[in-house]
Amino acid sequence: MSLRILRPGLLTTVQDRGRHGLQHLGIVPCGAMDGTAHALANALVGNSAGEATLEITVLGPELEFERDTLIALCGAEFDARADGHALPRNRPVLVEGGTRLAVRRALRGARAYLALAGGIALDEVLGSRSTYLPARFGGLEGRALRAGDVLPLAPDAARISTERYARLARGATERDGLRTVRWSAPSLTVPDREPIVVHAMEGRHFGRFQPTSQRVLFDAVWRVSPDSNRMGYRLAGPTLTLAEPGEILSEPTCLGTVQVPADGVPIALLADHQTTGGYPKIAEIAVADVPRLAQLAPGGTLHIARCTLEDALALRREAGKRLQAALRAVAWEYGR
Amino acid sequence: MSDKVAKPLGVLPLGDAAAYVEFSDSLDLEVNDAVQRLAAAVHVRALPWIRDVVPALGGLALHFDIEHEALPAAPLQEAARLVDECLKQGLPDTEAVGRALEVPICYDPELALDLTELAARLKLAPEEVARRHAAVEYRVLMMGFSPGLPYLGGLDPSLAVPRRATPRATVPAGSVAIANLQAVVYPYAIPGGWTIVGRTPLTVFDARRTPPSLFAPGDRVRFRPVPRAEFERLREAERSAS
Repeated sequence: MSLRILRPGLLTTVQDRGRHGLQHLGIVPCGAMDGTAHALANALVGNSAGEATLEITVLGPELEFERDTLIALCGAEFDARADGHALPRNRPVLVEGGTRLAVRRALRGARAYLALAGGIALDEVLGSRSTYLPARFGGLEGRALRAGDVLPLAPDAARISTERYARLARGATERDGLRTVRWSAPSLTVPDREPIVVHAMEGRHFGRFQPTSQRVLFDAVWRVSPDSNRMGYRLAGPTLTLAEPGEILSEPTCLGTVQVPADGVPIALLADHQTTGGYPKIAEIAVADVPRLAQLAPGGTLHIARCTLEDALALRREAGKRLQAALRAVAWEYGR
Repeated sequence: MSDKVAKPLGVLPLGDAAAYVEFSDSLDLEVNDAVQRLAAAVHVRALPWIRDVVPALGGLALHFDIEHEALPAAPLQEAARLVDECLKQGLPDTEAVGRALEVPICYDPELALDLTELAARLKLAPEEVARRHAAVEYRVLMMGFSPGLPYLGGLDPSLAVPRRATPRATVPAGSVAIANLQAVVYPYAIPGGWTIVGRTPLTVFDARRTPPSLFAPGDRVRFRPVPRAEFERLREAERSAS
């Protein structure tokens, strides 16, 4: 079974939870930029957490389903229509074979995740189906989707879809000609208003920056630059300067590292970040806040709030609890 | 073991999901050797909550699997304890860490794009630059920048030149390049600002091959000069194997 891509959208890629355990070989983790929305989308169609979804960015694709398919669209709020009917977000929807799903503009947030019951039947590369664009591997031929692509789904995806939808019968309903449910999963990562607040710890080289740079990091409103991508967000705002210019030894980086190249424009490292970097690290964004940051489109604004390691761990525990509660609620609807 | 590698300067948070075990903030081959051996000692313990062990130039990162049920309540402290324990029990020998690799290299000026220019700058014959480049054993100090890209330490100091002022938009795959006291091998065509002194016919990185990367941290590398004809033959053999 398959999914035909009629229009690719701005940047639609196959992503899963990422490619881990290979950073010592310089292999980047990749994976969904908003792992929370990705996890919810998978749960809503009854998939295991390891399945891949389509990451849709700012301007969505148009897709045609070959046969009946249970889908869920989570994360950013997009104008999405299935054969002209508004597609409800954050819930499982059983679309009929032949349906065309047109995902247009993001109304709120930057990235949505389309999960398909049974997952995307592409081979794993180095333990993951995530697309890594710079080195062109993973996902579909290591690239973003194009018009005319046919994405393979599980061979029995139609049967899986109808069986799973039947298990949701208690909450099932028909809305605008779409078979869906009366409940929805919460939206956990899409900002209500901007600037959003992202928590960050002082980075390893924080003390090497000028006092004014140290201060404005936590005072300024930062704007996501247009030249931002899955590797990192360039943050436009005041220029950050070292107290004494100098080189630092290349060091490992991680998700959320904020490094400052010589031009003084900080870069927050995201899913496709390089495993090592030679720029001073002024801050480390709390991992719990990365999915919300990933929902900012270019032009989006943020405040960086200073936090301690203990704060960051507490934020992670809370975010983890919220996600687990949402996943349990979905599992309960499936009668698990 | 000398003092500078007997124990780390610190086990520091790298965000809230990783630790950085710092030994030195400057490049030192003896320190890096200890980093490689410690990385091997940690790796062999295969702790389920440590997802990545990443040796780098002056220290190593331990990335935590924050969703793993075995993740300790205080992973940073636990990581520090683990490092301490590994150091106390003694690290594996240098020879037991990494592999001895022999990597064919061709110094033909058509492939070694900057060799002639470099030789002129150093007032040496290109053959002499090539000889000095191939005469030493290198060590993979760190992988980074791109999947499969090794940073090699051990370059003959008489060949040390800074990075080029203007990077090339594309460096051909397999190019072996130098800057300061290091060398790199470009795994595929990417931009780069190092001085290209040769090219290997081997496929440096292929995500669909096992293992995907020709190089790994801690490997000891010797370059074996090959004439152009052998380069082409080896290149062809690599192509048909993939």
